[in-house]
Amino acid sequence: MKHTLSVLVEDKPGALSRISNLFARRGYNIESLAVGQTEREGVSRITLRVDCAEHSLEQITKQIHKLVNVLRITELTPDDAVEREIALFTVAAPPERRGELMAFADHYGARVSDLGPQEIVFEMVGHPEDLDSFEELVRPYGIKEMVRTGRIGLSRAVRH
Amino acid sequence: MTRMTGADAIIRSLEAEGVDVCFGVPGGMIIDTYDALYRAIANGSKLRHVLARHEQGAGHMAEGYARASGKVGVAIATSGPGATNLITAIADAWMDSTPLVCITGQVPSYKIGTDAFQETNATGITLPIVKHSWLVQKASEIPATIKAAFHVAQTGRSGPVLVDITRDAQIAELDFKYPDHVDLPGWNPPRKVNHRQIIAAAKAILEADKPIFYVGGGIINGEASAELLELAELTNIPVVTTLTGKGGFPDSHPLHAGIPGMHGMKYSNLALNRADLVIAVGTRFDDRVTGNVAAFAPNAKVIHFEVDAAEIGKIREAQIPICAPLQPALVRLLAELRKQMPEGREGPTEWLDKIAGWKEEFPLRYDLGDMLKPQQILEAVRDATEGRDDVVWTTGVGQHQMWAMQYLVCDRPRSFITSGGLGTMGFGIPAAVGAKAARPDATVICIDGDGCFQMTSKELTTATLHGLPIIVVLLRNGYLGMVRQWQEMFYGERYSQTDLTGPIPDYAKMAEAFGAVAMTVTNAGELDAALERALAENAAGRSVLVDAVCDPKEKVFPMIPAGASAADTIEYGSHEKAEEVEAR
Repeated sequence: MKHTLSVLVEDKPGALSRISNLFARRGYNIESLAVGQTEREGVSRITLRVDCAEHSLEQITKQIHKLVNVLRITELTPDDAVEREIALFTVAAPPERRGELMAFADHYGARVSDLGPQEIVFEMVGHPEDLDSFEELVRPYGIKEMVRTGRIGLSRAVRH
Repeated sequence: MTRMTGADAIIRSLEAEGVDVCFGVPGGMIIDTYDALYRAIANGSKLRHVLARHEQGAGHMAEGYARASGKVGVAIATSGPGATNLITAIADAWMDSTPLVCITGQVPSYKIGTDAFQETNATGITLPIVKHSWLVQKASEIPATIKAAFHVAQTGRSGPVLVDITRDAQIAELDFKYPDHVDLPGWNPPRKVNHRQIIAAAKAILEADKPIFYVGGGIINGEASAELLELAELTNIPVVTTLTGKGGFPDSHPLHAGIPGMHGMKYSNLALNRADLVIAVGTRFDDRVTGNVAAFAPNAKVIHFEVDAAEIGKIREAQIPICAPLQPALVRLLAELRKQMPEGREGPTEWLDKIAGWKEEFPLRYDLGDMLKPQQILEAVRDATEGRDDVVWTTGVGQHQMWAMQYLVCDRPRSFITSGGLGTMGFGIPAAVGAKAARPDATVICIDGDGCFQMTSKELTTATLHGLPIIVVLLRNGYLGMVRQWQEMFYGERYSQTDLTGPIPDYAKMAEAFGAVAMTVTNAGELDAALERALAENAAGRSVLVDAVCDPKEKVFPMIPAGASAADTIEYGSHEKAEEVEAR
């Protein structure tokens, strides 16, 4: 089962490796990872996505919580979180097929960020699953290169 | 504020933490700190340094010191091989929750990452086996870092930390002021006790028909032995203590129901297994205790007192988890029980009778033979020290350790120091030296095996030169005995690489070369006199080796094979059972 964890850490060398080590020692691969600043100076947010068993996740979460540089750890669940990711796709786009590709891009809200005679670089911001769908759709055309930032997320806004 | 070098600041910080003894080996990247130590001692500092013969020894000494005293142990080493040699001790401290501050020198900051001479990434290598570590590259950061290191090592579940300090940080100057408090916003070990859980625990305890306390090393680290004793006596509930919990509850107390686990007493395992309520205190359901987890205490509800949240529910679900420091938690439980308990309640007397019956039915057994039996030696050592309250035991790892666990009587916390989780052969002698440094008035006796002895015996030199005399009782059976036992029982008697016999080494000569008094004992008639002499020589300030030659064929029983349950216990004299269990 896949899980998204959001970890607030002090900006200190080694903080990331202490966290990733807890997954690596159990043979779990971190699928995506995004680290960046937060509203607080000296505090970063690490968002990571892993495929691991529920029981292991509970242990890992508790062990991450114990780390000296970790301020808070929460699991982001799809219902309670806003999740986003950015992707860039370089897609083979001979003139005769551009029309279809542009229609897909329009539908998914992907933008053209660069253009060559035989290829287009699309940029897309969205929910990671929407990025997956777009990727599947353009794959038959030939994805020459692709990069994704890894998902980031926050809890949904308070409604009351 | 005083102007001084980073090296001076390291020493001043250790003094500010109240460190009286530290253990280590100098080298190129820590030389400035050793120079500062020299100058400090010349100027009247009370800080002592014990020069180990190997950094692993320094680490185990710091562990022995910490386990015997309850204070943080300090080990110092240079960069590169100094740091890597410390690693076994750090891992050992990690597994057994021993508070340790390890200080290592590092190459100058401008050389880090260049594969400089004796450079190794100490914080990287130790990452999975420390509570936290710091790489210090600025002199000004030294006091606050050392303050934080001591704080982290001893708060919450205690354990090892590493402070790696570059040489340029040791040489540069700073304005020294030791901070009053630490700034660690992410470090929040539990401090409070959840009272509703305490009420639930008390209720469960009073409702249970077959309750048992299952107590680990946390009782000793958490300084909660007195409260446990009071609890057991108040409720009349039996107590089993694990290998690392030995001494946390008096072995000779009528409510002590022995030691559970792979080589624990059968009655202890039966008691745990048949209980309807397991009150786990400062323990982590280690596989050496549980065996097959699914078959471990299958009908029991679990109350788990533990300071480390990550241990609760790790192996066995707890119906009543209580994540809190043990001492205040047990104090609260005592108060709640006194409130809830009906007057004149006798406790689970039927259950106690049942356990007493098992104890009678399944005692520890061995037979005398032509050669000395290891159990016989331990009984003699136990009898020779009976009634003394100043004895601290340490052990190596293997058969001798298990027999020591079974046969020695420890009635006080911090009197039995052994390598439990990591199972580090060679732990015993350096740990004994460290324990002696912590408690100079104690009689420190290391029960060792010949495999272990050959790994760390050189630290007898340290014992001699630093006036830290210890007694080593060597159960010499000529084999890596525990492996031999498995080979005999489970590997068709193919003794692959476990035979240590032969004319060399001459253990007595070795010990004498290290400055110890040595005597070799080969029969029962010599044993008591040798032990008496050993105690007398030791009291007079000498380290002593009692080299006792014993039967290599003797095996540790009872035994629950790895992954099996209490029902599969192989008892002394029922060897066929091993084949039966193995066949399944």
